[in-house]
Amino acid sequence: MADVLMSSTQSGPIYLSRSRALARIAYIDVVFHQLTRLSAITVLVILGGVIVSLIHGAQPAIKAFGFGFLAAQSWNPVTENFGAGPAVYGTLVTSLVAMLIAVPIGLGVATFLTELCPHILRRPIGIAIELLAGIPSIIYGIWGLFVFAPFVQTYIQPALIAAFKGVPILSALFAGPPYGIGMLTAGFILAIMILPFIASISRDVFETVPPVLKEAATGLGCTTWEMMRYVVLPYTRVGVVGGVMLALGRALGETMAVTFVIGNAHKISPSLFAPGTTISATIANEFTEAVGDIYTSALIELGLILFFITFIVLSIARYLLMRIEQKSA
Amino acid sequence: MSLYDTRRRTNTLATGLAWGAALFGLSWLLLILGSLAYEGLRGLSPSVFTQTTPPPGSVGGLMNAIAGSLVMTMIGVAIGAPLGMLAGTYLAEYGRYTKLATVVRFINDILLSAPSIVIGLFVYEVMVRPMGHFSAISGALALGLLVVPVVLRTTEDMLLLVPASMREAASALGAPRAMVIGQIAYRAARAGLVTGVLLAIARVSGETAPLLFTALNNQFWSSDLNAPMASLPVVIFQFALSPYKDWQQLAWTGALLITVTVLTLSIIARAFSAGRRN
Repeated sequence: MADVLMSSTQSGPIYLSRSRALARIAYIDVVFHQLTRLSAITVLVILGGVIVSLIHGAQPAIKAFGFGFLAAQSWNPVTENFGAGPAVYGTLVTSLVAMLIAVPIGLGVATFLTELCPHILRRPIGIAIELLAGIPSIIYGIWGLFVFAPFVQTYIQPALIAAFKGVPILSALFAGPPYGIGMLTAGFILAIMILPFIASISRDVFETVPPVLKEAATGLGCTTWEMMRYVVLPYTRVGVVGGVMLALGRALGETMAVTFVIGNAHKISPSLFAPGTTISATIANEFTEAVGDIYTSALIELGLILFFITFIVLSIARYLLMRIEQKSA
Repeated sequence: MSLYDTRRRTNTLATGLAWGAALFGLSWLLLILGSLAYEGLRGLSPSVFTQTTPPPGSVGGLMNAIAGSLVMTMIGVAIGAPLGMLAGTYLAEYGRYTKLATVVRFINDILLSAPSIVIGLFVYEVMVRPMGHFSAISGALALGLLVVPVVLRTTEDMLLLVPASMREAASALGAPRAMVIGQIAYRAARAGLVTGVLLAIARVSGETAPLLFTALNNQFWSSDLNAPMASLPVVIFQFALSPYKDWQQLAWTGALLITVTVLTLSIIARAFSAGRRN
């Protein structure tokens, strides 16, 4: 401000230039305020734009297939008959497998980091986990395709088939030829990918527990396990669920890590070894090759369904995490 | 006595499992990085940086893909970073407790983890389809839209770390709001703002899904923003799924390059913000 006043003193009576300078400053202030406000509104416009454009792009498919699209199992580009059933099924199953593996292990890692880890290692391991959460998903994809899938094919799948032979439900889940790629492998890769997320969010949430509570538990003679189970977990339940939902949102929408190893087959099979597809993998694999309006539009409708599901999951996650943030503040 | 024993046994079991979980989780992740380094380094040579993507069976590199990634990331950041920074400024400074800020904060957090492939579909609908062809600029726009939430979030967080007394002091001296923000808050939070941009670059440099049907891919060198352009992630995707050994090798090398870039950016960003917080 000083230089503004100084430069204007040379060009006129001081009171006039002063009021002019003040007016200019007030003007800049208003402009900047409105500019930031407009930018904030743009974020809402982006979200609105995404929803509107997806609905618009999906119109031909919505008209052609109606609500039956959600569950229909056919996917035939030649007869232009499409259904989201297998893709939705694959998305849910791979995410479920991933959560079943990653949630217990992630919580274990978080417990380790907050309670068991030697103090010197706590920061390095914590940082390593956060860094790993930032590795792009295509890296997990390429590793899954070249390293993990062959390993699953030669070791894990034959072992699972042998182990559950004759057991009623499990033998159907783990049946069929071991291809290496398929729903189970995709679920595994997703699990490895979201593990750092769950671990680092849970650790942050565990750290919101007031030390007094933990000390009180220890003072009463609780073991570490009893303290975690009866003090830390009840206190942080909301936040842990929020973190898990956030990871679920990631798993549902994850594209590249899954596309490499899912096998891209549009059918629902009871076996986890069978190749399948997910919503995002279908879009990634087929979008640029889709010919005809209905085909493209069916893929966009898949995108709309995915956005809808993840939007709900992420909203719940953020709401729960917001609650624990308020609690700790 | 037996109760005591049971409790101790349960505790040993539980802590043992937690140790196991940590070892299990970390070993998978080390395994991934290990095989990435092993496979990627085998194919690393100067020609990777000086030659364009080859047809199967001949020698080549990733030059056009690296350049394409750099160009689109830069344009994307140029689009997304100012927008995110201004919006973050609104949330932290002007409208901290307004209804608009609360809604934007919530929506932004959702956009932060929304599936990026959906952003690709959005850009396809609003840009690629009206233009009639795939283009580098639409790929850059898709990346820009992914930059916004990251930068917005960090900008807000970092501005909130600036002590209120600093702003009050400036206001007491007669500085208008815009000047308080520009000269005081931004300066105090500078390292944090840089962190946000670096994290955003790290986030988008490995993004594949939004580029698949916006920038598409290009086998040749291209500097035309209005034409399809190669990028490292999309080339990795295409080459890794091909049956040719030399293409697969290039995919590994490209994957290694991306990982090293992303990890380096995250570490620098971390160093920046650590310096700020202490």
